[in-house]
Amino acid sequence: MIPYLIRVAVKSVVTLFAIATITFIATRLSGNPIDTFLGDGLTEEGRAELIRYFQLDGSLWQQYLAFMRGAVSGEFGLSFVDRRPVTEVVSDRLWASGQLLLASVAFTLLVAIPLGILGAIYRKSWIGSAVMMVAFAGYAVPSFILAIVMVLVFSYWLNWLPVVGNGSFAHFIMPTIAMSGVLIAALTRFTRNAMLDVLGQDFIRTARAKGLGEARVVLRHGLGNAGVTVISVIGLQVAGLAAAGSVVVESIFSWPGIGQLLVNAALVRDYPVLQFGVITVAVAVVAINALTDVSYALADPRIRLARS
Amino acid sequence: MTTLADPVIAPRRKGSTDFIQKIAIGIAILLFALAVFAPWIVPFGPLDQSLLSRLRPPLGFERFAAGHYAGTDELGRDVLSRSLYGMRLTLTLAFAGALIGLLIGGTLGLVAGLRRGWVEDGIMALVDMQIAIPFTLVALLILSLLGSNLTVLVLVLGIAGWEQYARIVRAEVRRLSALPFIEAAWTAGAGPVYIACRHVLPNLVSPLVVQFTLALSNIVILESTLSFLGLGVQPPQPSLGSMVGLGRDYMPTAPWIVLVPAALIVALTFSVQIMGDWLRDRADVRLRDR
Repeated sequence: MIPYLIRVAVKSVVTLFAIATITFIATRLSGNPIDTFLGDGLTEEGRAELIRYFQLDGSLWQQYLAFMRGAVSGEFGLSFVDRRPVTEVVSDRLWASGQLLLASVAFTLLVAIPLGILGAIYRKSWIGSAVMMVAFAGYAVPSFILAIVMVLVFSYWLNWLPVVGNGSFAHFIMPTIAMSGVLIAALTRFTRNAMLDVLGQDFIRTARAKGLGEARVVLRHGLGNAGVTVISVIGLQVAGLAAAGSVVVESIFSWPGIGQLLVNAALVRDYPVLQFGVITVAVAVVAINALTDVSYALADPRIRLARS
Repeated sequence: MTTLADPVIAPRRKGSTDFIQKIAIGIAILLFALAVFAPWIVPFGPLDQSLLSRLRPPLGFERFAAGHYAGTDELGRDVLSRSLYGMRLTLTLAFAGALIGLLIGGTLGLVAGLRRGWVEDGIMALVDMQIAIPFTLVALLILSLLGSNLTVLVLVLGIAGWEQYARIVRAEVRRLSALPFIEAAWTAGAGPVYIACRHVLPNLVSPLVVQFTLALSNIVILESTLSFLGLGVQPPQPSLGSMVGLGRDYMPTAPWIVLVPAALIVALTFSVQIMGDWLRDRADVRLRDR
Protein backbone atom coordinates (compact mmCIF):
# COMPACT_ATOMS: atom_id res chain seq x y z
CA MET A 1 0.00 0.00 0.00
CA ILE A 2 2.73 2.51 0.96
CA PRO A 3 4.74 2.19 -2.29
CA TYR A 4 1.48 2.58 -4.19
CA LEU A 5 0.67 5.82 -2.31
CA ILE A 6 4.16 7.14 -2.99
CA ARG A 7 3.76 6.42 -6.68
CA VAL A 8 0.43 8.28 -6.75
CA ALA A 9 1.98 11.26 -4.94
CA VAL A 10 4.98 11.46 -7.26
CA LYS A 11 2.75 11.23 -10.33
CA SER A 12 0.56 14.06 -9.02
CA VAL A 13 3.48 16.36 -8.23
CA VAL A 14 5.13 15.77 -11.61
CA THR A 15 1.85 16.47 -13.42
CA LEU A 16 1.31 19.71 -11.50
CA PHE A 17 4.88 20.83 -12.19
CA ALA A 18 4.38 20.14 -15.89
CA ILE A 19 1.09 22.03 -15.97
CA ALA A 20 2.61 25.05 -14.23
CA THR A 21 5.46 25.01 -16.75
CA ILE A 22 3.09 24.71 -19.69
CA THR A 23 1.01 27.68 -18.54
CA PHE A 24 4.19 29.71 -18.07
CA ILE A 25 5.47 28.86 -21.56
CA ALA A 26 2.04 29.55 -23.03
CA THR A 27 1.84 33.04 -21.51
CA ARG A 28 5.29 33.93 -22.84
CA LEU A 29 4.84 32.46 -26.34
CA SER A 30 3.53 35.69 -27.75
CA GLY A 31 6.31 37.85 -26.32
CA ASN A 32 5.67 40.10 -23.38
CA PRO A 33 2.10 39.53 -22.15
CA ILE A 34 1.65 43.17 -21.19
CA ASP A 35 1.96 44.16 -24.88
CA THR A 36 -0.75 41.74 -25.94
CA PHE A 37 -2.97 42.95 -23.10
CA LEU A 38 -2.63 46.66 -23.80
CA GLY A 39 -1.88 46.79 -27.50
CA ASP A 40 -0.40 50.01 -28.91
CA GLY A 41 -0.86 53.54 -27.71
CA LEU A 42 1.26 53.39 -24.57
CA THR A 43 4.35 55.52 -23.91
CA GLU A 44 7.70 53.77 -23.46
CA GLU A 45 7.92 54.93 -19.84
CA GLY A 46 4.40 53.80 -19.04
CA ARG A 47 5.12 50.41 -20.56
CA ALA A 48 8.40 50.04 -18.65
CA GLU A 49 6.68 50.98 -15.43
CA LEU A 50 3.91 48.42 -15.95
CA ILE A 51 6.45 45.74 -16.77
CA ARG A 52 8.24 46.45 -13.49
CA TYR A 53 4.92 46.60 -11.65
CA PHE A 54 3.83 43.17 -12.85
CA GLN A 55 7.42 41.83 -12.49
CA LEU A 56 7.83 40.96 -16.15
CA ASP A 57 11.41 42.28 -16.44
CA GLY A 58 14.47 40.02 -16.43
CA SER A 59 15.31 37.16 -18.74
CA LEU A 60 12.75 34.43 -19.44
CA TRP A 61 14.71 32.01 -17.30
CA GLN A 62 14.74 34.44 -14.35
CA GLN A 63 11.02 35.01 -14.81
CA TYR A 64 10.43 31.28 -14.84
CA LEU A 65 12.40 30.77 -11.63
CA ALA A 66 10.57 33.69 -10.01
CA PHE A 67 7.25 32.24 -11.15
CA MET A 68 8.07 28.81 -9.72
CA ARG A 69 9.34 30.32 -6.45
CA GLY A 70 6.11 32.30 -6.20
CA ALA A 71 4.03 29.23 -7.07
CA VAL A 72 5.59 27.21 -4.25
CA SER A 73 4.91 29.97 -1.72
CA GLY A 74 1.41 30.56 -3.08
CA GLU A 75 2.01 33.87 -4.90
CA PHE A 76 0.90 34.07 -8.49
CA GLY A 77 1.04 37.78 -9.24
CA LEU A 78 -1.61 40.45 -9.78
CA SER A 79 -4.59 40.53 -12.10
CA PHE A 80 -4.01 42.91 -15.03
CA VAL A 81 -7.59 44.12 -14.79
CA ASP A 82 -8.31 44.84 -11.14
CA ARG A 83 -4.74 44.64 -9.77
CA ARG A 84 -5.66 42.36 -6.91
CA PRO A 85 -3.66 39.17 -6.26
CA VAL A 86 -5.00 36.50 -8.60
CA THR A 87 -5.23 34.08 -5.68
CA GLU A 88 -7.89 36.38 -4.17
CA VAL A 89 -9.70 36.88 -7.47
CA VAL A 90 -9.96 33.13 -8.01
CA SER A 91 -10.69 32.05 -4.44
CA ASP A 92 -13.63 34.49 -4.31
CA ARG A 93 -15.28 32.29 -6.89
CA LEU A 94 -14.41 28.83 -5.61
CA TRP A 95 -17.59 28.35 -3.59
CA ALA A 96 -20.00 29.11 -6.43
CA SER A 97 -18.22 26.64 -8.71
CA GLY A 98 -18.03 24.08 -5.93
CA GLN A 99 -21.77 24.27 -5.32
CA LEU A 100 -22.58 23.74 -8.97
CA LEU A 101 -20.09 20.88 -9.22
CA LEU A 102 -21.50 19.13 -6.14
CA ALA A 103 -25.06 19.52 -7.43
CA SER A 104 -24.03 18.11 -10.82
CA VAL A 105 -22.15 15.13 -9.42
CA ALA A 106 -25.05 14.29 -7.08
CA PHE A 107 -27.56 14.55 -9.93
CA THR A 108 -25.32 12.48 -12.19
CA LEU A 109 -24.96 9.67 -9.66
CA LEU A 110 -28.70 9.70 -8.99
CA VAL A 111 -29.53 9.32 -12.68
CA ALA A 112 -26.62 7.41 -14.17
CA ILE A 113 -26.24 4.51 -11.73
CA PRO A 114 -29.89 3.37 -11.88
CA LEU A 115 -29.85 3.89 -15.67
CA GLY A 116 -26.66 1.87 -16.01
CA ILE A 117 -28.08 -0.97 -13.91
CA LEU A 118 -31.32 -0.98 -15.92
CA GLY A 119 -29.31 -0.96 -19.14
CA ALA A 120 -27.37 -4.02 -18.01
CA ILE A 121 -30.35 -6.02 -16.71
CA TYR A 122 -32.62 -5.29 -19.67
CA ARG A 123 -29.82 -5.43 -22.21
CA LYS A 124 -31.87 -7.26 -24.79
CA SER A 125 -35.19 -5.41 -24.49
CA TRP A 126 -36.21 -1.93 -25.58
CA ILE A 127 -35.38 -0.57 -22.11
CA GLY A 128 -31.72 -1.40 -22.66
CA SER A 129 -31.72 0.23 -26.08
CA ALA A 130 -33.41 3.32 -24.66
CA VAL A 131 -30.74 3.59 -21.97
CA MET A 132 -27.99 3.34 -24.58
CA MET A 133 -29.66 6.05 -26.67
CA VAL A 134 -29.72 8.36 -23.64
CA ALA A 135 -26.03 7.69 -23.05
CA PHE A 136 -25.34 8.32 -26.70
CA ALA A 137 -27.30 11.57 -26.75
CA GLY A 138 -25.38 12.83 -23.74
CA TYR A 139 -22.12 12.45 -25.65
CA ALA A 140 -23.40 13.88 -28.91
CA VAL A 141 -25.15 17.01 -27.62
CA PRO A 142 -22.58 19.63 -26.57
CA SER A 143 -23.36 21.21 -23.20
CA PHE A 144 -23.76 24.70 -24.68
CA ILE A 145 -26.52 23.51 -26.99
CA LEU A 146 -28.28 21.67 -24.17
CA ALA A 147 -28.08 24.86 -22.09
CA ILE A 148 -29.24 27.19 -24.86
CA VAL A 149 -32.21 25.03 -25.81
CA MET A 150 -33.27 24.73 -22.16
CA VAL A 151 -33.06 28.51 -21.78
CA LEU A 152 -35.17 28.96 -24.89
CA VAL A 153 -37.88 26.52 -23.79
CA PHE A 154 -38.04 26.92 -20.01
CA SER A 155 -37.12 30.59 -19.64
CA TYR A 156 -38.26 32.40 -22.77
CA TRP A 157 -41.21 30.29 -23.91
CA LEU A 158 -42.62 28.78 -20.72
CA ASN A 159 -41.26 31.40 -18.32
CA TRP A 160 -40.65 28.79 -15.62
CA LEU A 161 -36.99 29.19 -14.74
CA PRO A 162 -34.63 32.17 -14.29
CA VAL A 163 -31.69 32.47 -16.72
CA VAL A 164 -29.00 34.23 -14.72
CA GLY A 165 -27.89 34.24 -11.11
CA ASN A 166 -27.45 31.64 -8.39
CA GLY A 167 -29.76 32.76 -5.60
CA SER A 168 -32.35 30.02 -5.26
CA PHE A 169 -33.03 26.37 -5.98
CA ALA A 170 -34.67 27.29 -9.28
CA HIS A 171 -31.39 28.86 -10.38
CA PHE A 172 -29.64 25.51 -9.97
CA ILE A 173 -31.91 23.42 -12.19
CA MET A 174 -30.76 24.32 -15.71
CA PRO A 175 -27.02 24.74 -14.99
CA THR A 176 -26.97 21.42 -13.13
CA ILE A 177 -28.68 19.57 -15.98
CA ALA A 178 -26.46 21.22 -18.59
CA MET A 179 -23.33 20.27 -16.64
CA SER A 180 -24.57 16.73 -16.07
CA GLY A 181 -25.43 15.76 -19.65
CA VAL A 182 -21.98 14.50 -20.62
CA LEU A 183 -21.29 13.16 -17.14
CA ILE A 184 -24.48 11.09 -17.17
CA ALA A 185 -23.58 9.72 -20.59
CA ALA A 186 -20.10 8.69 -19.46
CA LEU A 187 -21.20 7.18 -16.17
CA THR A 188 -24.25 5.37 -17.54
CA ARG A 189 -22.22 3.68 -20.22
CA PHE A 190 -19.55 2.75 -17.77
CA THR A 191 -21.92 1.46 -15.08
CA ARG A 192 -23.72 -0.62 -17.68
CA ASN A 193 -20.55 -2.20 -19.03
CA ALA A 194 -19.11 -2.82 -15.57
CA MET A 195 -22.42 -4.42 -14.48
CA LEU A 196 -22.52 -6.57 -17.61
CA ASP A 197 -19.02 -7.83 -16.90
CA VAL A 198 -19.84 -8.60 -13.28
CA LEU A 199 -23.27 -10.14 -13.87
CA GLY A 200 -21.70 -12.67 -16.23
CA GLN A 201 -19.39 -14.00 -13.50
CA ASP A 202 -19.71 -17.35 -11.76
CA PHE A 203 -20.27 -15.92 -8.30
CA ILE A 204 -23.46 -14.26 -9.51
CA ARG A 205 -24.78 -17.62 -10.61
CA THR A 206 -23.78 -18.99 -7.20
CA ALA A 207 -25.64 -16.18 -5.47
CA ARG A 208 -28.77 -16.94 -7.49
CA ALA A 209 -28.36 -20.65 -6.81
CA LYS A 210 -28.24 -19.91 -3.09
CA GLY A 211 -31.75 -18.57 -3.53
CA LEU A 212 -31.00 -14.88 -2.97
CA GLY A 213 -33.56 -12.41 -4.27
CA GLU A 214 -32.82 -10.78 -7.61
CA ALA A 215 -32.58 -7.32 -6.05
CA ARG A 216 -29.97 -8.53 -3.58
CA VAL A 217 -28.02 -10.33 -6.31
CA VAL A 218 -27.94 -7.25 -8.54
CA LEU A 219 -27.35 -4.60 -5.90
CA ARG A 220 -25.13 -6.30 -3.34
CA HIS A 221 -23.18 -8.77 -5.45
CA GLY A 222 -23.40 -7.00 -8.78
CA LEU A 223 -23.11 -3.31 -7.94
CA GLY A 224 -20.85 -4.07 -4.99
CA ASN A 225 -18.26 -5.42 -7.38
CA ALA A 226 -18.91 -3.16 -10.35
CA GLY A 227 -18.64 -0.21 -7.96
CA VAL A 228 -14.85 -0.43 -7.95
CA THR A 229 -14.67 0.21 -11.66
CA VAL A 230 -17.35 2.87 -11.45
CA ILE A 231 -15.39 4.80 -8.81
CA SER A 232 -12.42 4.98 -11.13
CA VAL A 233 -14.44 6.53 -13.92
CA ILE A 234 -16.11 9.04 -11.61
CA GLY A 235 -12.70 10.40 -10.77
CA LEU A 236 -10.85 10.08 -14.04
CA GLN A 237 -13.47 11.18 -16.53
CA VAL A 238 -15.76 13.33 -14.45
CA ALA A 239 -13.05 15.67 -13.22
CA GLY A 240 -11.91 16.62 -16.70
CA LEU A 241 -15.38 16.77 -18.21
CA ALA A 242 -16.70 18.87 -15.33
CA ALA A 243 -13.85 21.35 -15.69
CA ALA A 244 -14.66 21.80 -19.38
CA GLY A 245 -18.40 21.91 -18.71
CA SER A 246 -18.17 24.55 -15.99
CA VAL A 247 -16.45 26.96 -18.40
CA VAL A 248 -19.37 26.77 -20.82
CA VAL A 249 -22.26 26.45 -18.42
CA GLU A 250 -21.11 29.16 -16.01
CA SER A 251 -20.65 31.68 -18.80
CA ILE A 252 -24.09 30.95 -20.27
CA PHE A 253 -25.91 31.26 -16.95
CA SER A 254 -23.67 34.07 -15.60
CA TRP A 255 -22.80 31.79 -12.73
CA PRO A 256 -20.22 33.63 -10.61
CA GLY A 257 -17.71 30.78 -10.57
CA ILE A 258 -14.25 30.04 -11.89
CA GLY A 259 -15.43 28.93 -15.31
CA GLN A 260 -17.05 32.28 -16.05
CA LEU A 261 -14.02 34.09 -14.63
CA LEU A 262 -11.71 32.19 -16.98
CA VAL A 263 -13.75 32.87 -20.11
CA ASN A 264 -13.89 36.58 -19.28
CA ALA A 265 -10.16 36.63 -18.51
CA ALA A 266 -9.48 34.88 -21.84
CA LEU A 267 -11.59 37.41 -23.75
CA VAL A 268 -9.84 40.47 -22.20
CA ARG A 269 -6.45 38.68 -22.05
CA ASP A 270 -5.94 38.94 -18.32
CA TYR A 271 -3.16 36.29 -18.31
CA PRO A 272 -2.25 36.16 -14.63
CA VAL A 273 -5.87 35.29 -13.81
CA LEU A 274 -6.09 32.81 -16.67
CA GLN A 275 -2.80 31.21 -15.69
CA PHE A 276 -3.74 30.81 -12.06
CA GLY A 277 -7.26 29.69 -12.94
CA VAL A 278 -5.90 26.91 -15.14
CA ILE A 279 -3.50 25.90 -12.37
CA THR A 280 -6.31 25.89 -9.78
CA VAL A 281 -8.52 23.69 -11.91
CA ALA A 282 -5.57 21.45 -12.71
CA VAL A 283 -4.83 21.08 -8.99
CA ALA A 284 -8.46 20.12 -8.44
CA VAL A 285 -8.38 17.59 -11.28
CA VAL A 286 -5.07 16.10 -10.17
CA ALA A 287 -6.27 15.92 -6.54
CA ILE A 288 -9.47 14.16 -7.60
CA ASN A 289 -7.44 11.75 -9.73
CA ALA A 290 -5.12 11.02 -6.81
CA LEU A 291 -8.08 10.48 -4.47
CA THR A 292 -9.57 8.18 -7.08
CA ASP A 293 -6.38 6.15 -7.28
CA VAL A 294 -6.32 5.85 -3.50
CA SER A 295 -9.99 4.96 -3.10
CA TYR A 296 -9.61 2.48 -5.94
CA ALA A 297 -6.78 0.90 -4.00
CA LEU A 298 -8.82 0.87 -0.78
CA ALA A 299 -11.77 -0.75 -2.54
CA ASP A 300 -9.65 -3.41 -4.22
CA PRO A 301 -8.08 -5.88 -1.78
CA ARG A 302 -5.58 -6.98 -4.44
CA ILE A 303 -3.95 -3.54 -4.25
CA ARG A 304 -4.75 -2.80 -0.60
CA LEU A 305 -3.10 -5.93 0.71
CA ALA A 306 -0.23 -6.05 -1.78
CA ARG A 307 3.27 -6.18 -0.35
CA SER A 308 5.98 -4.44 -2.31
CA MET B 1 -13.40 1.97 -22.18
CA THR B 2 -12.08 -1.32 -23.40
CA THR B 3 -9.38 -1.28 -26.04
CA LEU B 4 -10.53 -1.53 -29.60
CA ALA B 5 -9.19 -4.94 -30.46
CA ASP B 6 -9.85 -7.01 -27.40
CA PRO B 7 -11.02 -10.35 -28.72
CA VAL B 8 -12.04 -11.71 -25.31
CA ILE B 9 -14.46 -9.00 -24.24
CA ALA B 10 -15.68 -7.78 -27.63
CA PRO B 11 -19.24 -8.93 -28.27
CA ARG B 12 -19.68 -11.28 -31.18
CA ARG B 13 -21.53 -9.51 -33.96
CA LYS B 14 -22.08 -10.45 -37.52
CA GLY B 15 -21.08 -7.01 -38.78
CA SER B 16 -24.68 -6.34 -39.65
CA THR B 17 -25.97 -2.79 -39.91
CA ASP B 18 -29.15 -2.00 -38.02
CA PHE B 19 -31.80 0.52 -38.95
CA ILE B 20 -30.56 3.41 -36.81
CA GLN B 21 -27.03 2.94 -38.08
CA LYS B 22 -28.20 3.06 -41.69
CA ILE B 23 -30.09 6.31 -41.08
CA ALA B 24 -27.13 7.83 -39.22
CA ILE B 25 -24.66 6.93 -41.96
CA GLY B 26 -27.06 8.37 -44.52
CA ILE B 27 -27.31 11.63 -42.57
CA ALA B 28 -23.53 11.82 -42.16
CA ILE B 29 -22.97 11.37 -45.90
CA LEU B 30 -25.66 13.94 -46.68
CA LEU B 31 -24.11 16.49 -44.29
CA PHE B 32 -20.60 15.91 -45.69
CA ALA B 33 -21.94 16.37 -49.21
CA LEU B 34 -23.78 19.57 -48.23
CA ALA B 35 -20.58 20.92 -46.69
CA VAL B 36 -18.42 20.04 -49.68
CA PHE B 37 -20.83 21.47 -52.25
CA ALA B 38 -22.06 24.39 -50.11
CA PRO B 39 -20.70 27.13 -52.41
CA TRP B 40 -22.67 25.72 -55.36
CA ILE B 41 -25.86 24.92 -53.45
CA VAL B 42 -26.57 27.88 -51.23
CA PRO B 43 -28.80 30.63 -52.60
CA PHE B 44 -26.90 33.47 -50.89
CA GLY B 45 -23.31 34.29 -49.93
CA PRO B 46 -22.54 33.81 -46.22
CA LEU B 47 -21.78 37.51 -45.78
CA ASP B 48 -24.48 38.96 -48.07
CA GLN B 49 -26.64 41.37 -46.11
CA SER B 50 -30.04 42.62 -47.03
CA LEU B 51 -31.09 45.15 -44.45
CA LEU B 52 -34.65 45.29 -45.78
CA SER B 53 -35.37 41.71 -44.75
CA ARG B 54 -33.82 41.45 -41.29
CA LEU B 55 -34.85 38.83 -38.70
CA ARG B 56 -37.29 37.12 -41.04
CA PRO B 57 -38.63 33.70 -39.92
CA PRO B 58 -38.19 30.39 -41.82
CA LEU B 59 -40.49 28.93 -44.45
CA GLY B 60 -44.03 28.36 -43.21
CA PHE B 61 -44.19 31.30 -40.79
CA GLU B 62 -45.70 34.71 -41.26
CA ARG B 63 -43.41 37.40 -42.72
CA PHE B 64 -41.34 34.74 -44.51
CA ALA B 65 -38.98 36.36 -47.00
CA ALA B 66 -38.85 34.56 -50.34
CA GLY B 67 -35.73 32.44 -50.84
CA HIS B 68 -34.59 32.58 -47.20
CA TYR B 69 -35.80 29.09 -46.30
CA ALA B 70 -34.36 29.08 -42.78
CA GLY B 71 -34.96 32.77 -42.14
CA THR B 72 -32.51 35.66 -41.85
CA ASP B 73 -30.42 37.08 -39.00
CA GLU B 74 -30.10 40.57 -37.54
CA LEU B 75 -28.23 41.82 -40.62
CA GLY B 76 -30.53 40.14 -43.09
CA ARG B 77 -28.02 37.38 -43.84
CA ASP B 78 -29.46 34.05 -44.95
CA VAL B 79 -29.31 31.61 -42.00
CA LEU B 80 -29.31 28.50 -44.18
CA SER B 81 -26.44 29.73 -46.37
CA ARG B 82 -24.42 30.78 -43.34
CA SER B 83 -25.08 27.47 -41.60
CA LEU B 84 -23.90 25.41 -44.57
CA TYR B 85 -20.79 27.56 -44.97
CA GLY B 86 -20.26 27.30 -41.23
CA MET B 87 -20.57 23.53 -41.38
CA ARG B 88 -18.05 23.51 -44.22
CA LEU B 89 -15.56 25.38 -42.07
CA THR B 90 -16.32 23.29 -38.98
CA LEU B 91 -15.77 20.06 -40.91
CA THR B 92 -12.59 21.34 -42.57
CA LEU B 93 -11.19 22.26 -39.17
CA ALA B 94 -12.29 18.90 -37.75
CA PHE B 95 -10.61 16.90 -40.54
CA ALA B 96 -7.40 18.95 -40.29
CA GLY B 97 -7.38 18.67 -36.49
CA ALA B 98 -8.05 14.94 -36.49
CA LEU B 99 -5.27 14.47 -39.05
CA ILE B 100 -2.77 16.46 -36.97
CA GLY B 101 -3.72 14.44 -33.90
CA LEU B 102 -3.27 11.25 -35.93
CA LEU B 103 0.20 12.31 -37.09
CA ILE B 104 1.42 13.36 -33.63
CA GLY B 105 -0.22 10.55 -31.68
CA GLY B 106 0.40 7.87 -34.28
CA THR B 107 4.11 8.66 -34.53
CA LEU B 108 4.60 8.83 -30.76
CA GLY B 109 2.56 5.65 -30.24
CA LEU B 110 4.55 3.83 -32.90
CA VAL B 111 7.85 4.92 -31.35
CA ALA B 112 6.64 4.00 -27.86
CA GLY B 113 5.51 0.59 -29.05
CA LEU B 114 8.67 -0.25 -30.98
CA ARG B 115 11.30 1.20 -28.67
CA ARG B 116 10.87 0.05 -25.10
CA GLY B 117 12.64 1.52 -22.09
CA TRP B 118 12.86 5.20 -21.17
CA VAL B 119 11.52 6.39 -24.54
CA GLU B 120 8.31 4.48 -23.99
CA ASP B 121 8.06 5.59 -20.34
CA GLY B 122 8.55 9.22 -21.36
CA ILE B 123 5.91 9.11 -24.07
CA MET B 124 3.42 7.34 -21.83
CA ALA B 125 4.05 9.92 -19.10
CA LEU B 126 3.15 12.60 -21.67
CA VAL B 127 -0.03 10.69 -22.49
CA ASP B 128 -0.98 10.51 -18.80
CA MET B 129 -0.34 14.21 -18.45
CA GLN B 130 -2.48 15.08 -21.45
CA ILE B 131 -5.31 13.03 -19.93
CA ALA B 132 -4.95 14.76 -16.56
CA ILE B 133 -4.98 18.31 -17.97
CA PRO B 134 -8.46 19.71 -18.65
CA PHE B 135 -7.73 20.53 -22.27
CA THR B 136 -10.55 23.03 -22.82
CA LEU B 137 -8.81 25.31 -20.33
CA VAL B 138 -5.43 25.02 -22.00
CA ALA B 139 -7.17 25.79 -25.29
CA LEU B 140 -8.67 28.95 -23.72
CA LEU B 141 -5.22 30.00 -22.56
CA ILE B 142 -3.50 29.39 -25.90
CA LEU B 143 -6.23 30.96 -28.04
CA SER B 144 -6.44 34.00 -25.80
CA LEU B 145 -2.67 34.47 -25.96
CA LEU B 146 -1.93 33.81 -29.60
CA GLY B 147 -5.09 35.38 -30.88
CA SER B 148 -7.60 33.20 -32.62
CA ASN B 149 -6.63 32.80 -36.23
CA LEU B 150 -7.43 29.62 -38.12
CA THR B 151 -3.85 28.26 -38.00
CA VAL B 152 -3.67 28.45 -34.21
CA LEU B 153 -7.17 27.01 -33.94
CA VAL B 154 -6.32 24.01 -36.13
CA LEU B 155 -3.16 23.31 -34.11
CA VAL B 156 -5.08 23.51 -30.84
CA LEU B 157 -7.76 21.15 -32.18
CA GLY B 158 -5.03 18.79 -33.39
CA ILE B 159 -3.27 18.65 -30.04
CA ALA B 160 -6.62 18.03 -28.31
CA GLY B 161 -6.87 14.32 -29.09
CA TRP B 162 -3.42 13.00 -29.91
CA GLU B 163 -3.14 10.88 -26.77
CA GLN B 164 -5.97 8.56 -27.84
CA TYR B 165 -4.14 7.67 -31.05
CA ALA B 166 -0.89 7.19 -29.14
CA ARG B 167 -2.50 4.75 -26.69
CA ILE B 168 -4.19 2.74 -29.41
CA VAL B 169 -1.13 2.55 -31.65
CA ARG B 170 1.18 1.59 -28.80
CA ALA B 171 -1.14 -1.14 -27.53
CA GLU B 172 -1.64 -2.51 -31.03
CA VAL B 173 2.09 -2.39 -31.85
CA ARG B 174 2.89 -4.27 -28.66
CA ARG B 175 0.28 -6.88 -29.48
CA LEU B 176 1.61 -7.26 -33.03
CA SER B 177 5.28 -7.36 -31.98
CA ALA B 178 4.64 -10.53 -30.03
CA LEU B 179 3.31 -12.27 -33.14
CA PRO B 180 5.59 -14.71 -34.99
CA PHE B 181 5.71 -12.90 -38.34
CA ILE B 182 7.27 -9.79 -36.79
CA GLU B 183 9.81 -11.87 -34.94
CA ALA B 184 10.58 -13.63 -38.20
CA ALA B 185 11.19 -10.27 -39.88
CA TRP B 186 13.61 -9.22 -37.13
CA THR B 187 15.41 -12.53 -37.44
CA ALA B 188 15.66 -12.07 -41.18
CA GLY B 189 17.55 -8.85 -40.50
CA ALA B 190 14.88 -6.25 -41.26
CA GLY B 191 15.41 -2.83 -39.67
CA PRO B 192 12.93 -1.06 -37.38
CA VAL B 193 11.81 1.41 -40.05
CA TYR B 194 11.17 -1.37 -42.56
CA ILE B 195 9.21 -3.40 -40.01
CA ALA B 196 7.19 -0.36 -38.94
CA CYS B 197 6.20 0.55 -42.50
CA ARG B 198 5.87 -2.87 -44.05
CA HIS B 199 4.45 -5.02 -41.27
CA VAL B 200 3.01 -2.87 -38.49
CA LEU B 201 1.35 0.10 -40.23
CA PRO B 202 -0.97 -1.93 -42.49
CA ASN B 203 -2.37 -3.65 -39.40
CA LEU B 204 -3.06 -0.34 -37.72
CA VAL B 205 -5.35 1.00 -40.42
CA SER B 206 -8.68 -0.22 -39.12
CA PRO B 207 -8.31 0.81 -35.45
CA LEU B 208 -7.03 4.19 -36.60
CA VAL B 209 -9.96 4.73 -38.96
CA VAL B 210 -12.32 4.09 -36.04
CA GLN B 211 -10.45 6.48 -33.74
CA PHE B 212 -10.29 9.11 -36.50
CA THR B 213 -14.07 9.01 -36.88
CA LEU B 214 -14.68 9.35 -33.15
CA ALA B 215 -12.09 12.16 -32.99
CA LEU B 216 -13.94 14.02 -35.76
CA SER B 217 -17.05 14.20 -33.62
CA ASN B 218 -15.09 15.26 -30.51
CA ILE B 219 -13.31 18.00 -32.42
CA VAL B 220 -16.59 19.29 -33.87
CA ILE B 221 -17.81 19.65 -30.27
CA LEU B 222 -14.60 21.33 -29.08
CA GLU B 223 -14.46 23.73 -32.03
CA SER B 224 -18.13 24.64 -31.70
CA THR B 225 -17.72 25.21 -27.98
CA LEU B 226 -14.67 27.47 -28.44
CA SER B 227 -16.35 29.41 -31.25
CA PHE B 228 -19.51 29.71 -29.16
CA LEU B 229 -17.46 31.30 -26.36
CA GLY B 230 -15.97 33.75 -28.87
CA LEU B 231 -12.49 32.20 -28.82
CA GLY B 232 -12.62 30.09 -31.95
CA VAL B 233 -13.63 31.17 -35.44
CA GLN B 234 -13.98 34.96 -35.46
CA PRO B 235 -16.84 36.93 -37.04
CA PRO B 236 -17.87 37.74 -39.69
CA GLN B 237 -16.70 34.30 -40.85
CA PRO B 238 -19.52 31.88 -39.95
CA SER B 239 -18.98 28.69 -37.98
CA LEU B 240 -21.80 26.69 -36.45
CA GLY B 241 -20.65 27.39 -32.90
CA SER B 242 -20.16 31.13 -33.34
CA MET B 243 -23.58 31.44 -35.00
CA VAL B 244 -25.16 29.93 -31.88
CA GLY B 245 -23.07 32.21 -29.68
CA LEU B 246 -23.89 35.41 -31.55
CA GLY B 247 -27.53 34.49 -32.10
CA ARG B 248 -28.17 34.21 -28.36
CA ASP B 249 -29.06 37.89 -28.09
CA TYR B 250 -31.93 37.44 -30.53
CA MET B 251 -33.22 34.19 -29.06
CA PRO B 252 -36.52 35.46 -27.60
CA THR B 253 -37.66 36.96 -30.90
CA ALA B 254 -35.69 35.06 -33.57
CA PRO B 255 -34.85 31.59 -32.23
CA TRP B 256 -34.15 30.17 -35.70
CA ILE B 257 -30.79 31.98 -35.82
CA VAL B 258 -29.69 29.71 -32.99
CA LEU B 259 -31.74 26.59 -33.64
CA VAL B 260 -30.68 25.94 -37.25
CA PRO B 261 -26.91 25.80 -36.60
CA ALA B 262 -27.50 24.03 -33.27
CA ALA B 263 -29.53 21.33 -35.01
CA LEU B 264 -26.76 20.88 -37.59
CA ILE B 265 -24.11 20.47 -34.87
CA VAL B 266 -26.18 17.83 -33.09
CA ALA B 267 -26.98 16.01 -36.37
CA LEU B 268 -23.27 16.04 -37.20
CA THR B 269 -21.98 14.75 -33.87
CA PHE B 270 -24.78 12.19 -33.54
CA SER B 271 -24.39 10.68 -36.99
CA VAL B 272 -20.60 10.68 -36.96
CA GLN B 273 -20.49 9.01 -33.55
CA ILE B 274 -22.92 6.30 -34.60
CA MET B 275 -20.81 5.83 -37.72
CA GLY B 276 -17.73 5.46 -35.50
CA ASP B 277 -19.44 2.79 -33.41
CA TRP B 278 -20.54 1.00 -36.55
CA LEU B 279 -16.97 1.05 -37.89
CA ARG B 280 -15.72 -0.23 -34.55
CA ASP B 281 -18.06 -3.22 -34.69
CA ARG B 282 -16.93 -4.02 -38.20
CA ALA B 283 -13.26 -3.63 -37.29
CA ASP B 284 -13.73 -6.09 -34.43
CA VAL B 285 -15.27 -8.66 -36.72
CA ARG B 286 -12.44 -8.39 -39.18
CA LEU B 287 -9.85 -8.80 -36.47
CA ARG B 288 -11.71 -11.80 -35.15
CA ASP B 289 -12.09 -13.55 -38.48
CA ARG B 290 -8.43 -13.42 -39.32
